[in-house]
This record gives sequence, C-alpha cells and structure tokens, in this order.
Amino acid sequence: MDSLPPHMRPERSFQGFILALQRFWAEQGCVILQPYDMEMGAGTFHPATTLRALGPKPWKAAYVQPSRRPKDGRYGENPNRLQHYYQFQVIMKPSPANLQDLYLQSLKAIGIDTALHDVRFVEDDWESPTLGAWGLGWECWCDGMEVSQFTYFQQVAGVECAPVAGELTYGLERLAMYVQGVDRVYDLNFNGRDGADKVTYGDVFLQAEQEYSRHNFEHADTAMLFEQFKMAEAACRKYLDAGWKSDKRDEHLMALPAYDQCIKASHVFNLLDARGVISVTERQSYIMRVRELAKACGEAWVHTEAGSAA
Amino acid sequence: MPDLLLELFSEEIPARMQAKAAEDLRRMVTDRLVAEGLVYEGAKAFATPRRLTLTVHGIPARQSDLKQERKGPRVGGAEAAIQGFLKATGLASLDEAKIQRDPKGDFYIALTEKPGKPTVDVLAEILPIIIRTFPWPKQMRWGAASAKSSALTWVRPLHSIVATFGIETEEPEVVQFDLSGVSVGQTTYGHRFLAPDAIQVRRFDDYVAKLQAAKVVLDPERRKEIILADARQLTFAQGYELVEDPALLDEVAGLVEWPVVLMGSFDKEFLSIPDEVIRATIRANQKCFVVRDPKTQKLTNKFVITANIEASDGGTAIIAGNERVIRARLSDAKFFYETDLKTRLESRLPKFEQIVFHEKLGTQAARIARIEKLAGEIAPLVGADVTKTKRAAQLAKTDLLTEVVGEFPELQGLMGKYYALAQGEDAAVAAASEDHYKPQGPTDRVPSDLVSVAVALADKLDTLVGFWAIDEKPTGSKDPFALRRAALGVIRLIIENNLRLKLKSVASSHASTMTGYDESKPADLLAFFADRLKGQLRDQGARHDLVDAVFALGGQDDLLMVVRRVEALGKFLDSDDGKNLLAGTKRANNILAIEEKKDKRKFDGAPDAALFKLDEEKALARAIAEVGPEASVAVAKEDFAGAMTAMAKLRPAVDAFFDKVKVNDDDAAVRENRLKLLNEIRAATRAVADFSKIQD
Repeated sequence: MDSLPPHMRPERSFQGFILALQRFWAEQGCVILQPYDMEMGAGTFHPATTLRALGPKPWKAAYVQPSRRPKDGRYGENPNRLQHYYQFQVIMKPSPANLQDLYLQSLKAIGIDTALHDVRFVEDDWESPTLGAWGLGWECWCDGMEVSQFTYFQQVAGVECAPVAGELTYGLERLAMYVQGVDRVYDLNFNGRDGADKVTYGDVFLQAEQEYSRHNFEHADTAMLFEQFKMAEAACRKYLDAGWKSDKRDEHLMALPAYDQCIKASHVFNLLDARGVISVTERQSYIMRVRELAKACGEAWVHTEAGSAA
Repeated sequence: MPDLLLELFSEEIPARMQAKAAEDLRRMVTDRLVAEGLVYEGAKAFATPRRLTLTVHGIPARQSDLKQERKGPRVGGAEAAIQGFLKATGLASLDEAKIQRDPKGDFYIALTEKPGKPTVDVLAEILPIIIRTFPWPKQMRWGAASAKSSALTWVRPLHSIVATFGIETEEPEVVQFDLSGVSVGQTTYGHRFLAPDAIQVRRFDDYVAKLQAAKVVLDPERRKEIILADARQLTFAQGYELVEDPALLDEVAGLVEWPVVLMGSFDKEFLSIPDEVIRATIRANQKCFVVRDPKTQKLTNKFVITANIEASDGGTAIIAGNERVIRARLSDAKFFYETDLKTRLESRLPKFEQIVFHEKLGTQAARIARIEKLAGEIAPLVGADVTKTKRAAQLAKTDLLTEVVGEFPELQGLMGKYYALAQGEDAAVAAASEDHYKPQGPTDRVPSDLVSVAVALADKLDTLVGFWAIDEKPTGSKDPFALRRAALGVIRLIIENNLRLKLKSVASSHASTMTGYDESKPADLLAFFADRLKGQLRDQGARHDLVDAVFALGGQDDLLMVVRRVEALGKFLDSDDGKNLLAGTKRANNILAIEEKKDKRKFDGAPDAALFKLDEEKALARAIAEVGPEASVAVAKEDFAGAMTAMAKLRPAVDAFFDKVKVNDDDAAVRENRLKLLNEIRAATRAVADFSKIQD
C-alpha cells in the first residue's frame, strides 16, 4: 500500500478508499462486480447477493452498489443523510471460518488500525421483510460508530440458505468520513487531489441530493408509479410463469429477468412511500406483495443452472 | 476428586444473552451429571463476548456399579416368555437365573450388574447432546457444514471447545467427542486484538490465569467491578460524578473481554438539551455513561466509554472517534428538540385522528377526548382545578408525535412536560404530561398534585372501562394491555392520596362514551379491582381475606373506605373481643347452615321476644338490638373503629348464649326462635363485614 501515490490512499480519497476495498476482496478470491444497473434500496438486492446466496454452489463476490432510499433525502442539508449513497457489499458462500478475521484485515486495508481503534461486534439481527430474508450477525462498531453490517444469511427469498453465506456491507461514505476525518459528507475528498484539482463529494452529489429530494418528496408522479408497480408485479409473474421449461416445473430459464421486475417494484414502492401516498395499512400489503415476488423468484432461481446443485 | 473444565469459544455472543446462557450451561451439565449418578461438589459458569465457560469440581471419577434384580416368568412358564426374559436381561440360559418363591409360586429372578462407566466417557456422551440442544433464544447455521440440514446450530459460529477432566496433580484427560468437526481439546485463544494467539490450558486455575495474562477477564462480575471502579475514579478525579446505570453496566460488561475505561467530552452548547435526552442519546446509541456535577446534579459535557482494548496511543483515537459520533448524535437530538419546540402541543392534536388506538376503541383522538371528559368529571370529586385538569388531559399525550419521543419512546411524558413548560403552560398542567402515566409499577412514585392525579385516574379508568367494554380482559398470564397495572395504579392513586371516589358510578358514567359496557361489566370490573387490592395488601403483609369480607357486603366501590374498614376490622380481629366474636359468629353460621339444610328453609325475620325462655337469650337479643344500630350509625359516619367498638359489646352476650343455651330445643317454636336469633347475630355483624368470608 505504501507504493500508492498520495491521491490514491484510502484516507485521502473516496475513490482510493473504494479501490482499496476492491483490491482487498479481489485478493480473497472474490469476483469484483460493477454496480447493478437498476435502482435499489440496498446492495443486498443485487442478484449477485439475493439470488446467488441460494443454492449449493460456492460464490464469492464484492461490489459497490448505489443505494437509493428516497425517504432519507434531506435536500442536501443534513451532514450524514442521503437519498443516494454507496454500499460496498461482500458475499461469500459458504461463509469461511475466518470471515471475521478477513473483515478486520479489510479495515486495516482502508487505514483502520485495530491496535489504535476499538472495533466491536455488537448484536444486530438482520431481517428484510420485502426480501423474505433473515440472518444473524452484528453491527460492526469502530470507536462507537457503526461502520458495517455483518450477517450470516439463514434464509433469503423464503428459501433456506444451504450452505449459509456470509454478507458484509460497508457504509462507504460514513467510513470514508471517518478515515478522512470530516464531519460533513459533502466535504469528503473524492479524488484525493488538492487545491483546484480537488473534487469533493459535494461537487459530485450535492445538486443531485437537492434535485432528487424535490423529486422524491414533492414531484414524483404517483399515478405513474402506482401503474408501474402494478406493471412490474404483473411482468414479474408473467416471466416467472413463462420461464418454466416444462410442466414439471423442475427447470427455470428466466429467473433473472423476472427478479429485475421485483427490484423495480420494490423501488417504486419506496418512492410511493416517500411521497406519503401509502397508508399504514396499505404499506404492509405492499411489502407483502414485493415479498411474494421475491419468494417466487427465489423458487425459480433454485431451479436454474446457477441456483441448483446440477 | 476430578474437575471438569468446559469452554465453548465462539464469535461474539449478544450481551443480553450471556448471563442466561452461562446459567443454562451450568444447569444442563450438572443436571445431567446428577441424573447419571455423578454428584459433584460445586459448579460455576462464566461468560464473555466470545466464550461460555463452566467449571464443575469434585465429580467422582466413575459411576458406581448398578446392581439390578429383575423378576421373570413363572418356573415352567411359556417358552416365549422365558426367551423374552433371557433376551431382556442378557442371561445366556436359565441356569444363570435364580429361582425365588413367593405366595404366587416360583419365579425366575435375574441378578445383573451394570458396571459404572468412567465419568470422562459419560461426559463424552452428554456434552455434545447439551451443546446440540442448548436453548439459545435464536440460533444459526454457518460455514460449509450448513449445507446439511443436520448442521450444528449455535448463537454464532462455534469455533473450538476446551473440555478437560482430571485431578489437580495430574495431566487432565481431554473429553473426546465429535461435534460437526469443531475442535475439542485444550486449546483456547486470548483477546481478539491484544493477545490473539492459541493458549494451551489444563484446568480451571491455570485457564483463568492464562486468560488474564492474555487480556481476558473471564468473570463478568469482575469486569463490572473494574468498569464501575474505574469510571467512578475517572469522574471523581475531575470533580464529577458518574451517573450509575446498572442495566447499561451489565450490557457494557458483555461487550468487552478487557475493559478499559476512558472519558470523552462534547460541546457545552448541547447542555441546552434536557439531561434525559442527552442521556438517552448517549446510552442507547453509544452505550456510554453520562456524568454529572455533584453540586448541581446536572449533567456535564462528559461521558464515559468502555473500550475493549488498551490502545497503543493510550486511547486518544478512541476518545476522538467516540466524541465525533456523539457530537453527530447530539446534533440530531438538538435538532429534534428544537424542531419540536417550534410546534405548539395542541396543534399536534388533529394528527391523532389518523392514529388508531385499538380497532374496537377508535382513534387516539377519540381516546384523548374521552380522557379529557372523564378527567373533567373526576377533577371536582378529588378537588382538582377543572380547567387545568381538562387542559392537562388534552395535552398529556401530544408529545407522542414529537421527534424526540419518536426517537426515544422511553422519554414519553417527560418531553411533554418540557414542551408544555416551554409554551407557557401552568406548572401543574405540564407536570401531568409526565405524571399521568404514573404509577407504572408497584415501586413507582404516585403523583400527589391533584391535576396529575385526576388525569392519571382518567387515563387508567378509560383504559379499563374500554377494554372491559370490548371483552379484552386479562386471562391467566396474558395481559397485553397492562390492565392489571392500570387497576393497581388506580388503587394506589386513590389510597395514597386519600381520595373518595365511587368507582362503579364513575366507570358506568364514563361507559356512556362507548358501547359494550353492559350490565354484567360493572360488577366484574369491581371484582377485578378487589383482586388487585387483595394482591396489594398481601404484598404489604396485610390480611387480604378481609377484603373479601368487606366486598361481600355489596355496594362497596369506594376503595378508600374499603381499606379503612379492612384496617379497623384487622385491628378488631387482633383483639380478644374480635377473635371471640368471630368464633361466635362462625359458630352461629355453622349451626344455621346445618339447620337451614335440614329444614330446607331460612330463619330470617325477627325473633319473637315472647318465646325467649332464658336470660341469655334475652340479653343477646337486647345486645343485638343495641349494637346493630350503633355500629350502623358509626359506619355511616365512617367511624370504623367506633363500629368495631360497638361490635365488641356483642361478644359477652354471644359467648354467654352459646354457654347456656341449647339451640335445638325440643319445642319446635323455641328452636325456630333461637335460630332466628342466631341469624340476627349474622345480620348485626354485617354492619361491618361478612364474617363468613374471614379465614381463621
């Protein structure tokens, strides 16, 4: 790491920070994927996690995933809250026996020295009602700040994980703020340069936060979104039905496109929720509808080549 | 005798589960040992974030041999029965069996001896079973083994096990068993960061010492002592005082193996936030203690961190990191608090129309309106200012919609008080926001300001009447709406403030605001109060059977009067007069019960003076005629002691009557008259209580 030019050091630049994580996990044999090209609320929704966590075949992957949380928008005025931020996601199936150690080594790789910092694993059971998923694990604390989620998946999309996958999620902005020592996310140095060459997180994203906050809370076209939800739901079902190779329903050929529609429905629901047009009772029923899609996709996935033992 | 050392080394065990897990481990292992005939001398279990440890000392090295005698079939019995007997007992032939004679004939007897097993073998059988069936609240599978449904489950991945058995002077034996490939032996590991290397251990003594050297304090009590002592010292040294918090201490001790206490600070500007909000923020999110100034008892801008490492820079980076997080959290809290202050509480009321309190009891808005109305009715009865009470009832729940309470639900009520004061409400009105929830339990403070009392009563009575109306009473151990606590709260509010309240009529009048509170409900609700009152008195060591004796009179819904009467009755029954009168009354009751049954009739109605034959009869009749009205007058004046004094006068006449008078006279008319006189005793004593309900 010492050979890195200063602007690439994880404690100096946001992009250097991401690259350091990617390099570390590449060394552990992970495939380094690029973000999935759809809007989603968390890196877990990426098919490389949700679907690949299922079935007996080994799988190791790491990737950055932009996470869209329409409700968390603050018009760029809050120092830590964003409606669009990055998660770094690692998935290893089966979970290796030394996953905790690997995680701690990865912190070292981004400049967090465990001889100096108090790193703790604090109970946090993870559950995603929309994905029909749960697991046990921890929030990982560094000097009292939650910097990652560490989960052993027990069930995803309603299917038991056999074997269990270990999942790590790093909140990139928050961690980078910590190692860069800044209190406002928009002050993060993005490219590690100084003076006129310096590009901050705010330079890249502040306008977007303002615009999307307006969109998410005030202007998103709810009539269209309600329609989109229905369309995505129907399309998901249609592709799932069409994907079975035969009436025996023992082989599925279209789980991934169907799952895209599930991702779509989930994000549309989040937008509607941010617009405040879904009542408390309806909310539950929308979550159930997305979960039903996720479960049906999981069921289809385990009958595909990558998801089955064959 | 040999000792067992067992350590289950895993990834981080949730702090809240550790104490129970240690206890479960101790119980399960020792129970199984005893069931296997292995009585031990002592056992103790410990937990850290990464290990559960059990030491059992003084276990016999092997089980004793077990001699068994088993009766078989009759000599010359059926061949199948004989073969079955041989198979079951393991005898080679009948030659090995004895023959025993008993009154029914000659029978084969098998004498077998089951040799005891070495304890280490017994342990090798029971330990894997205990681990596989361990009662974690939640458990999980992990790793490659989790592909199979038979995979081992544990609270978090289980990495290794130490299991040794042996006596002090010798190298111990490893208890050998297979548990899904988890290594079992003499190897454990030190502190995750400070001393991660493998350690070889033999038995409990060297185990504890080696762990200590490897920066692991095994005993949670010891970790708590260290944290508490260091935190007190650190704050004291700077002229401050630690705000102690036992629940937080338990949790924090479960998050570290090597506690290192550090102190950080935050910007003084945050001290403008109420202390409770600062404390909740720092406690819930950061698991840090807060610190106060002993002179003012107000919080200072300090907090105490319990780290898990001795940092190479002495803790500077850890303190700085925690300070950053706490600054961000307090900024949020301050923002919430200041945002809340911008909205007047009453303008939050319309939002309650959208919030359902209970599907059968309507919205929160409806509930608040009911409480306001009821509090307004109760206020004059208890002497509270009606206008203030109604205002207090209107505002009491409004803080539920504030940002701070949304973030920290445990601050409900308290925030309402702060916000009410900030918007210029009367102090009594503001206090009711916090105090109308009280008392929350048997040890909680009971408010004494009458405005708070009136709102607290209205809040609880609305809950009780409401859930009674929709038939959602507590059953058995199920009390999801905490109705027992509400009823007990009403009782304590009334008794401790000496309030006069006709509960039944207040409840029934309130029930007009809802449907479902039919005729059967008032008596049932009152009986519920009676049960709570009995429980309350029982807990105080008072005589709870007297509650029944008073409630059995009927129409008793003024709880303060019930309690006063019970107290006077208790005192009376402690006196000789009381005891004898009770005995006499019970005797009268028993005789009446028998004769009423025999004659299939009651003996009510006044006795005929002309039929009295003996002086004792006449004297008793006179005494009753005198005492009855006297006691009733005293009761009407709420002079229960006076009523009891009057009752005491009845005693000599009753005693003399039973001494000299034979009730079942041969003359039927005399007998009937005497039974009527006995009935009069019962009637007279009912002026103070139903004596038949009193236990001897």
